[in-house]
Amino acid sequence: MSDMSDIPDATAPPALEAVGVTKVFPGVIANAGVDLALRRGEVHALLGENGAGKSTLASILTGLYRPDAGELRMDGAPVTLKTPRDGLERGIGMVHQHFRLVERFTVTENIALGDKRLPWRWSAAKVRTEVEQLAGRYRLPIDPDAIVGELSVGERQRVEIVKVLYRGAEVLLLDEPTAVLTPQEADALFVTMRALADDGRAVVFISHKLREVMAVSDVVTVMRDGAVVDDVRTADTDPEALARAMVGRSVDLSTRWARSAPGEPVLKLAGLRLDAVDGRGRLEDIDLEVRAGEIVGVAGVAGNGQRELAETIAGLRRPDGGTVQVLHRDITGVRPSQARMAGLAYVPEDRLGTGLAPSLSVTENLQLTRSLPFLIDRRGGLAHATEVIERFDVRTTGPGAAVGTMSGGNAQKVLLARELDVRDGLTRAIVVAAPTRGLDVGATEFVRDLLDARRADGCAILLISEDLDEVRALSDRIVVLSEGRIVLRREAADAEVTELGLAMAGQATPNDAPDEPSQGPSGGPYHEPGGPR
Amino acid sequence: MNETVLVLTLAAAVSAGTPLALAALGALLSERAGVLNLGIEGIMLVGAVTAFLAADASGRPLVGLAAGVLAGAAFTSLHAFLSVTMRANQIVSGLALVIFGTGIATFLGQSIEGRPLAARLPRTSIVGLADIPVLGRVLFSQDVVVYGTWVVIVLAALYLTRTRTGLALRSVGESPATADAVGIRVAAMRYAHVIIGGGFAGAGGAYVILARVPAWAQAGTTNGIGWIAIALVVFASWRPLRALAGAYLFGAALRANFALQAAGITAVPAEFLAMLPYVLTIVVLMVLSATDTRSRLGAPAALGAPFVRDER
Repeated sequence: MSDMSDIPDATAPPALEAVGVTKVFPGVIANAGVDLALRRGEVHALLGENGAGKSTLASILTGLYRPDAGELRMDGAPVTLKTPRDGLERGIGMVHQHFRLVERFTVTENIALGDKRLPWRWSAAKVRTEVEQLAGRYRLPIDPDAIVGELSVGERQRVEIVKVLYRGAEVLLLDEPTAVLTPQEADALFVTMRALADDGRAVVFISHKLREVMAVSDVVTVMRDGAVVDDVRTADTDPEALARAMVGRSVDLSTRWARSAPGEPVLKLAGLRLDAVDGRGRLEDIDLEVRAGEIVGVAGVAGNGQRELAETIAGLRRPDGGTVQVLHRDITGVRPSQARMAGLAYVPEDRLGTGLAPSLSVTENLQLTRSLPFLIDRRGGLAHATEVIERFDVRTTGPGAAVGTMSGGNAQKVLLARELDVRDGLTRAIVVAAPTRGLDVGATEFVRDLLDARRADGCAILLISEDLDEVRALSDRIVVLSEGRIVLRREAADAEVTELGLAMAGQATPNDAPDEPSQGPSGGPYHEPGGPR
Repeated sequence: MNETVLVLTLAAAVSAGTPLALAALGALLSERAGVLNLGIEGIMLVGAVTAFLAADASGRPLVGLAAGVLAGAAFTSLHAFLSVTMRANQIVSGLALVIFGTGIATFLGQSIEGRPLAARLPRTSIVGLADIPVLGRVLFSQDVVVYGTWVVIVLAALYLTRTRTGLALRSVGESPATADAVGIRVAAMRYAHVIIGGGFAGAGGAYVILARVPAWAQAGTTNGIGWIAIALVVFASWRPLRALAGAYLFGAALRANFALQAAGITAVPAEFLAMLPYVLTIVVLMVLSATDTRSRLGAPAALGAPFVRDER
């Protein structure tokens, strides 16, 4: 790789290297002749859409899969990794998107788990000291004695990082680590990644977020359709070029569209309250109005009441106080079918499960919410499904295919077709949760266009998402939910990432969260909501 | 109630609690690995009938005990195979074990039905301690299995909390995927602890016939205490020392009606008292089937769930 001759230790063999790695799954070539060189002292970004082959490559690098062709080399010498444990013992550690932690254990116990160097009668005190040293050295504040189940997502991620460092990882792979973090937490993580690289480790940052890749990496490898399409030093490229390489065509990165004047309030939440069960899932005095023709985004870190909010509005949970109105009609605590009759559509974050019945066909799923006669019109249903498949470009074997066998993007299209593609004029308010999570750029654009079209039709849309980028890209107004309360309200145009991030972390002052202004989008009296807790 | 009756009742409670404690320890080890074993009653019966036959043939009660342990472990390996390798429904598999075990025990026990066992466990007083007033009679004038139970319970408690393997075991019951990711062999851990647990249940059954009941009475020999042992694990929050204390408490409850009758108290019908442990068991099993209460009680999070490594 001659284009890398300017880096200091370019002559030394890479810490870990994939040479011509190919991996084929039934029907898919997941990796096609991939070359990747991970060097000590570098933060190496692995960029690509979902399905581009990043995860497969990472799994091969850590020993979960074995390549069908090609080989891995460590410091120039070929190695064969049989299991992830094998990889870990050779100094390759991975921090997964879904944490592998035992919730009921302490931090120290989690880190000690599976460490065969420990004596059979191990002592927590010794491990604890080592944990504290590692945490201090790489600025990963954690309490070794805390029970993991009580930690925030960001804290758990730090535990995972310390866990692989404790095992002596020299090569660290972080799979979409910022997806669950507030912007501030992400920045702190970047500091840690940099410190790890400076300490002579090779750090791999797997992501599809251009901004973050530009901010933290030294080198970027872009993957598309299982192959490496670009391999450059970050300083020599720019976001547009990376996006082009990632998607294979030019992409308009400016996602903000012009805002139309919103109409009358359609979806109205007043004093909505849900009492805690087991200390979780609390909502506290939620006042919110969504007007016709606007999208209001609800941002927040996972587990701060988003799911509860969506389910309470949709009629899946009965609130302990307050009201939900759609077009002045009170739908508080009614059954989901009645909420639907009142004009509310609901796209849950859990697509296959809450949204769709995985083992039922496209046709049957599309019919689930329709008021049907006792005998189902099979031919009509089939025709509707065929039409939806064609118009939404759903990639499937046919209307009889079970939705559970389809990719996330295609399943989401079926769900959206059912919930949003209503031409009866009945649907006036839409609650959508994480509509583009896990979708590729093409499907994401499709979903955004569809939401935009519904907004233009005069629907009131409440968008609930843990992905701040998604919220910022789609919303006209943004509110931040933290510990079940709305702690910040902003026009999307005025919303700064820093401020949103602080609010997501629960550090906003009470003054930042006035009650819903009752007249018009701006102004309105400030009103202290119940004082500090 | 005079003092002698009280002392005798307490001593009997300890003795009656011992098979419960052993069986509960067996169920506990299995559940800590994430495998629910409802077959304890069947395993105890298999252990008991084997212990009878072996002790009768050899004339030595400890040979009977060893045979009961081995038979219990061997029989339980069936449950391990079904629930770990075949990923069968653990409740169904456990219930099948009860029916199958009862069948084996009644079949093997046909020739010995109603026969008393000559080679019973002798009383072994601990020199010095047995002379302590009250406590000496209650705790230290028992047989070797009672003392042995204390040892294994304490060792099990230390094993769970202080050793690397114990930590690994707990992780397998809480989050097998996590354990697997750090290289712990989930299936091997489950097999080992389900089978060792079966050995303890077998020991419990053996103790019933070697020290508790006067004669082999087919399925009536264990008389449902295997179910009480399963309930006991829940009361004990999956902790060995608490299981021992609970076993003695249940043992006292099992003996209470005799004591009350001996003391001439008849206000409560004896049947109600005899019923008490079983009613408690039903309540506990109901509680155990509700997921949210389960986690609050401290049940291993992956209890009852087969582990499948998620590879694409």
